[in-house]
Amino acid sequence: MTRLVRRQGWVAGLLVLFVVLLVITRLIQPGYGSGDFGSLVRAVLPYAFAVAAQTIVVIAGGIDLSVGAMMALTSVTAASMMDGASEEYALFVVPFVLAMGLVLGAVNGMLIVVTRVPDIVVTLATLFVLQGAALLVLGAPGGAVAEWLRATIVGTVSIPGLPEISAWIPKALVLLVVCLCVIWIPLKRSKLGLSIYAIGSSELAAFRSGVPVARTKIIAYALSGLFAAMGGLALTMSTGIGAPIPGPYLLASVAAVVLGGVALGGGKGGLLGPIVAVFVLRLVRTDLTLLAIDPNVTAIIEGAIMVAVVMFGAFITMRGRQ
Amino acid sequence: MSTTAIQPVPFGRRLKRFMADRPLIPLIILLVILVVVLQILRPGIVNERWLANTVKFAIPLAILAGCQTMTMLTGGIDLSVGTVATMSAFIMATQVVNHDPAVAILIALVPAVLIGLVNGIGVGVFRVHPLIMTLGTSLIGTGCLQVYQRTVIASGAKIPPFLAWLGTGLTYGVPNALLLFVPIAVLIVFTLNRTGFGRLLYAVGDNEGAARLSGVRYWQVISALYVISSVLAGITGLLYIGLIKAPSLSLAEPLVLPSVAAAVIGGTSIFGGRGGYTGTIIGALILTVLTTLLTILHMPEGARRILFGLIVLFVTAAYLRIIEDR
Amino acid sequence: MTTNPLLDATGVVKTYGAVVALRNASLSVLPGEVHALMGANGAGKSTLVKILTGAIRADAGHILIRGETRDVRSPADARRAGLLPVYQEPSLIPDLDVASNLRLTDTPVEPFRAWVRELGIPDLDIRDTARDIPLAVLRVLDLARALAVEPDVLLLDEMTAALPANLAEKVLEVVRRQGDSGRSVIFISHRFVEISALCDRATVLRDGETVGVVDIEPGVEERIVEMMLGAKIEKTRVAARQASQVASPGDSRPRLGVANLRVGSKLNDVSFDLVNGEVAGVVALEGQGQDELFAALAGSIRPSGGTIEVDGKPVKFAHPADAIRAGIAYVPGDRTEALTMQRSVRENIALPFSAALRNWGPISMAQERSRVVSAIERLQIDTRAQREVQRLSGGNQQKVTIARWIAAEAQTILCFDPTRGIDVGTKQEIYKLLRELADQGKSVLFYTSELEEVQRVCDRVIVIFGGRVVDVFPVELADEPALMRAAYGLPRGAKVDVGILADIHSSPVAKP
Repeated sequence: MTRLVRRQGWVAGLLVLFVVLLVITRLIQPGYGSGDFGSLVRAVLPYAFAVAAQTIVVIAGGIDLSVGAMMALTSVTAASMMDGASEEYALFVVPFVLAMGLVLGAVNGMLIVVTRVPDIVVTLATLFVLQGAALLVLGAPGGAVAEWLRATIVGTVSIPGLPEISAWIPKALVLLVVCLCVIWIPLKRSKLGLSIYAIGSSELAAFRSGVPVARTKIIAYALSGLFAAMGGLALTMSTGIGAPIPGPYLLASVAAVVLGGVALGGGKGGLLGPIVAVFVLRLVRTDLTLLAIDPNVTAIIEGAIMVAVVMFGAFITMRGRQ
Repeated sequence: MSTTAIQPVPFGRRLKRFMADRPLIPLIILLVILVVVLQILRPGIVNERWLANTVKFAIPLAILAGCQTMTMLTGGIDLSVGTVATMSAFIMATQVVNHDPAVAILIALVPAVLIGLVNGIGVGVFRVHPLIMTLGTSLIGTGCLQVYQRTVIASGAKIPPFLAWLGTGLTYGVPNALLLFVPIAVLIVFTLNRTGFGRLLYAVGDNEGAARLSGVRYWQVISALYVISSVLAGITGLLYIGLIKAPSLSLAEPLVLPSVAAAVIGGTSIFGGRGGYTGTIIGALILTVLTTLLTILHMPEGARRILFGLIVLFVTAAYLRIIEDR
Repeated sequence: MTTNPLLDATGVVKTYGAVVALRNASLSVLPGEVHALMGANGAGKSTLVKILTGAIRADAGHILIRGETRDVRSPADARRAGLLPVYQEPSLIPDLDVASNLRLTDTPVEPFRAWVRELGIPDLDIRDTARDIPLAVLRVLDLARALAVEPDVLLLDEMTAALPANLAEKVLEVVRRQGDSGRSVIFISHRFVEISALCDRATVLRDGETVGVVDIEPGVEERIVEMMLGAKIEKTRVAARQASQVASPGDSRPRLGVANLRVGSKLNDVSFDLVNGEVAGVVALEGQGQDELFAALAGSIRPSGGTIEVDGKPVKFAHPADAIRAGIAYVPGDRTEALTMQRSVRENIALPFSAALRNWGPISMAQERSRVVSAIERLQIDTRAQREVQRLSGGNQQKVTIARWIAAEAQTILCFDPTRGIDVGTKQEIYKLLRELADQGKSVLFYTSELEEVQRVCDRVIVIFGGRVVDVFPVELADEPALMRAAYGLPRGAKVDVGILADIHSSPVAKP
């Protein structure tokens, strides 16, 4: 029991924080309802995938600076492919883009393994490369998206007989949960998942335990690329276009990973914490906007909160170590 | 079973070892190759004026890369340098309208010191990962600058003539910016090699626990380091605005990632404990020449970025092979 | 030879850049034999084990397993070939619990549990995270994990080095039984006692080359030492130091006075004095609070109670810097904790000079050089690879950690097991150095896990058990059986068999 509390305490705390923030939101804006929650989830969607992409790499002991750029590239690729194409064509575009993310992520991993250059430098380099590629695909924001794809994240699921509850379950949330669970849960239970934690915890010990370190690392980056591609698609689905200049996804993903209790050294944490953390961060932004605060000041506050929370988290871990 | 005789060291390994002992040589060779390629592609471009221009544009990058070098030696990184440089440039340009330039510069450096201090305390005392800490403070800094911009929007901005002279001027064909850069470079090199503080940067980056057991107080070193890094970034901002002559809210932002790249290419280990500033200076020159090369090749922006990324990767990987020798 | 070797390696070569780790090593192990692999530090023992188990690749050489050429490319390959190592560093994943670690390596759980119990750890919870488990236990778990898959050849690298006597004894027992049941063990150790008790044959390495294979029989130590060092040396069996040699405390005030010191639950009520001119030994089984005692005296952790006095004045250390200012320097047992491995010997020795804020300015290079050089000469550090400390051998690295404090002229040096895992020659030099320091009026507190060192070095010995000082011996009485008994918390004079070491040294009461 204590073991469970120790391991899940941080995530539980974050969930409580999220609920408290929802209550505060209701207090600020009594009319805040299921529709607003739906738009929050839609806004979170690309961030959540970016966070998932970052989380898996950080657990494997690395860091991926190219997450945002990867999202931009997959987003513009999807948008430009679907531009003027038939609705059915999107059925081909989606797996194509996902496969592209998987392959490019694997390339990231392979470069790290083969060149032995630190991951932070390799992914910095691929950040440039992917950004450049995104600009070549689409020089300015544009493109289009299939209607049925947009529809998958708009509105709520309908559970017969439970309209109140189902109103609070946006389709975007279902999509997010399904996409993450389909990959994460089997992974977490498999030996591959253990291996990812192992190489993040201690590469040397993992190697000596017979873990194929190089292969595991490449797979971790490939999965990261896959999540980033989902993020790119989500971006295109929610905006209807593709934008070649990535948003602040890198910073947000790293912050949420740290907030979510995943140690930047690797080997620790899970996916749930960072996902809850990214919801918390976006909800804070919503609240600040609802309070009619100047968007520039909002940016300052957001940054300050992020820094303060990260400092607090670091302080707690430091205390724990003593 | 015959015992293996001690074989003569093969030439390839001798070459590698030579380069490992003198890491600057391969960098200089690369720089020369780039210049030669430039000359071949556009015969006659490499002249005195081009040289002065290249040096002028390399200097701000080299100073910011100096910030990265020093922080990377301790296992850190300072991603707030772009914001700090932009802030000090913008604040100076707007304050100089109402104040004496010297006063304006002092005012402009205040936020630099503050951000450096926050970074230092966050990293040194609270032990936040430097990447996160400096990204966070740069976000806050940018926000503050936007709010500040609103308050001075009416008063306008100007650039003091001596900063323009320093940033763009030439004396006998030699950029005036060297007047600022040479002392700074000498100071950084001297600090890293011949002062107690420099030794501590290496020691802390190599093995923080060992440094602690030797009586080193981590937070002191790190706080001082990030303040120094920030002040250097602030000074760079002042120089850079003399060169660009157009204050904007994203003035020095494009220099941040190249500054990291310059330090990495220059052979400073991003994990700490290994590297130096002379390599970084050449790294900054290499990146500047590379940018020129890509510009005259009329590369579309996208292709330029791709090539830039590939070269960063290639150079680092090649460098690693030479250094490791195993 | 009628039996074919199970494992036969010949002509193994490994170089790291310019450094030759293995020149021409060979090793042949027969089925059912416990085979010692011996050599001074830097002779290449660990490198050879790592090559045999796929952790690193050899540049040249043939490895035959059961007469067939096998190319062991990774630890996983080695496992499939039946070769399982226990390296010096634990190889459990720190952030995974023990159960996950077992799953990761496809180790069956039940045999593992059985072995863990057999090895003397009855109460292991396999859901514990490896990071929270003490080092000594982790090494035993590593061994249990290897045993659980029933390997043909078990490679143990300094298996007993960090173990307390009770665990070491169990380990040795189990290793011996492995041989009886037809499996082979390659056993690396610096301890002759263990080797003569366990091993059938020994392969001796010197400078990366196999210089001989000998049968273990009484009196073979002399020959092995000769082979390891390459020249005949006098066996330095120092007689117990006489009472007359013990420095008489001239100063009435102790240099270091510790009273009722407590640290958490590990150290309860420790009091003793340390005077100038003496080497005081500390003896304890693993985990009796000695780590906390040294850390508290060094300023690394804050005691939860009690007082520390330096030269009669009470002090409170909040940081190692405070202790250093009071002239107290700490040499940790693990060299990697003390050294900046990528930096030069010189910078490592000079590191404390720059630590204080007022010394952040320009360094006087000439002055620093002379101080460093004199410390290097005094400790006879081999400076051929001085550009990076990580290229030095273990013994030389240990010397650098001590040289630092000689150069900084620390008055009191706290040495925590400074001779762990280093070769015989360097050990002798360190003993001599500690004595010299005491003779110059400095004071040394010296924890050792090798009991025979006590009589060579110390003036008296403080025995700690369960976080308390249970006895203080004058050196004449501190022979190994007596120390061993005291370390187990038994009263002086009691005749109780406490393990394999006592077996050998108190032969009249040997087991039936």
